[in-house]
Amino acid sequence: MRALVWHGKEDIRCDQVTDPGIEEPRDAIVKVTACAICGSDLHLFHNLIPAMLPGDVIGHEFMGEVVEVGPGVNGKLRKGERIVVPFTIFCGECEQCRRKNFSCCERTNRNRKLAEATFGHPIAGLFGYTHLTGGYPGGQAEYVRVPYADTTHIKVPDSLTDEQALFLGDIFPTGWQAAVQCDIEPTDTVAIWGCGPVGQMAIRSAILLGARQVIAIDCIPERLSMAEAGGAIPINFEEESVIERLNELTDNKGPEKCIDCVGMESHVSMSQPDTIYDRAKQMLMMENDRPHVLREMIYVIRPAGTISIPGVYSGFSDKIPLGQAMNKGLTWRMGQTHVNRWTDDLTRRIEEGEIDPSFVITHTVGLEEGPEMYKIFRDKQDSCIKVVLKPGQEVTIQ
Amino acid sequence: MTYLSNIVRSPGDPKIIRSGPSSLGTADRLARALGWFSIGLGLMELIAPHRITRTLGMEGQESLIRAYGAREIGSGILSLSIDKQVGLWSRVAGDGLDVATVMPAMRDDNPKRDNVGLALAMLLGVMALDVIAAQSVTSRHSRGSRQWRDYSDRSGFPRGIESARSQAHRRPGSRHEGPGIAAVH
Repeated sequence: MRALVWHGKEDIRCDQVTDPGIEEPRDAIVKVTACAICGSDLHLFHNLIPAMLPGDVIGHEFMGEVVEVGPGVNGKLRKGERIVVPFTIFCGECEQCRRKNFSCCERTNRNRKLAEATFGHPIAGLFGYTHLTGGYPGGQAEYVRVPYADTTHIKVPDSLTDEQALFLGDIFPTGWQAAVQCDIEPTDTVAIWGCGPVGQMAIRSAILLGARQVIAIDCIPERLSMAEAGGAIPINFEEESVIERLNELTDNKGPEKCIDCVGMESHVSMSQPDTIYDRAKQMLMMENDRPHVLREMIYVIRPAGTISIPGVYSGFSDKIPLGQAMNKGLTWRMGQTHVNRWTDDLTRRIEEGEIDPSFVITHTVGLEEGPEMYKIFRDKQDSCIKVVLKPGQEVTIQ
Repeated sequence: MTYLSNIVRSPGDPKIIRSGPSSLGTADRLARALGWFSIGLGLMELIAPHRITRTLGMEGQESLIRAYGAREIGSGILSLSIDKQVGLWSRVAGDGLDVATVMPAMRDDNPKRDNVGLALAMLLGVMALDVIAAQSVTSRHSRGSRQWRDYSDRSGFPRGIESARSQAHRRPGSRHEGPGIAAVH
């Protein structure tokens, strides 16, 4: 089969690889009909996530048709069914899964010792990501082995197209969880840094959860136009001061809730010296993350506010003003997404026409164009915001 | 490398049969080669400046060569990073500085004048390569024209934003139930 394979920094290739097969009783094989490039795939592209190995099949946002099931699936999934596969693999039985903390599943990380040494305790296995999270082959491929498939799936109603359902596997529940973690009140202003795909979903989620005012911060005009279309007030940080504008929009009190949809690779700007300092340290491997957004959020947020972090951070971050955060009495919520905790509700919302997540797709191409699309997405060329890859189809639709 | 990394994989995991086209372009590969060259040259300048000054008849300028070595290593690291444009253009600027430094050694009374000529030719050749790489990488990775697509018709809410805003108030048990709460700003 063909798959997108990680060979090193900025080196993704569409390779011919061996087909996956059933290995464990609870496995299923899925024929991928659609998959997407996620913003966090760019951290792999930049080789900023530790423990990637050349030859890793990447991709963690995908869906398709079940073509084979293991004997342990026990009828919970049948051949021919259409499913979205959540990026977090979960057993459904451990203590964390029983609490619906699926991204903290205690069983599915097959590199348990490595994860324990790194994180203190293992976290769930993830598709197409680092070997710290199990090193499971990902979904930017024609076929995928889905471990624990009897639980690790979301069934797709016939009424939904692939484009409407695909993002249930990652960016939609990720944006949703980020907004839910804010405990939004009807009087709240929610400020969202980063208008990439997760940021766009967080904006819509904050609107659906009843925020009085949603503010979106970015510097890319097309992303800001999409944010504004979703009901947010845009701030272009290359044209105006984020802090001054946020204070102006909140009667100088600051937003109650702040969501970081940027993570470890914040934009480097000459007007913000800390971003240059972070980039230099990251380049010299003296720091994993560039936490400019966290610093800005801690400074501008209203005292007793909540900071929610769906953006990916990988390791050590420097110059986080914990003193400001402590004295302002902030609440921090973060984590990989407990995808299936939210997907029943979100699927219903899509079916009922409350939201259609396909609005975010700007590019649809065949799998073999994946390597080039990584570059286009990373360089923000051609107004690219979200790339969908269709294995088995030769499509170039924009 | 992939052969070695296969050792730690599960036996059922996909293995590469045939490699396809890469996201790395020719310009990116050239930048990478120049980055490693820069680091190699920089290390040589840092470790053995006397050999360079003796070869060019520039004795007494060892400290300057060491400083240039540090500069070369910095440019090399930048050229190998994702900010390779900055690294390559810094190499071009550094090439200019190198030429300006070596040029005075072309004087008639320098017994190593022939070596200096050769060094200058090499410097100009590398400079040409650096300019080509910097221009190609900049054009390949820049966002291009200032024109951008307007997505202001993509709300994502099939029933409109106002309907979406009102969803929170309609849900049973919602903290948004009941009459609207006045803003407290």
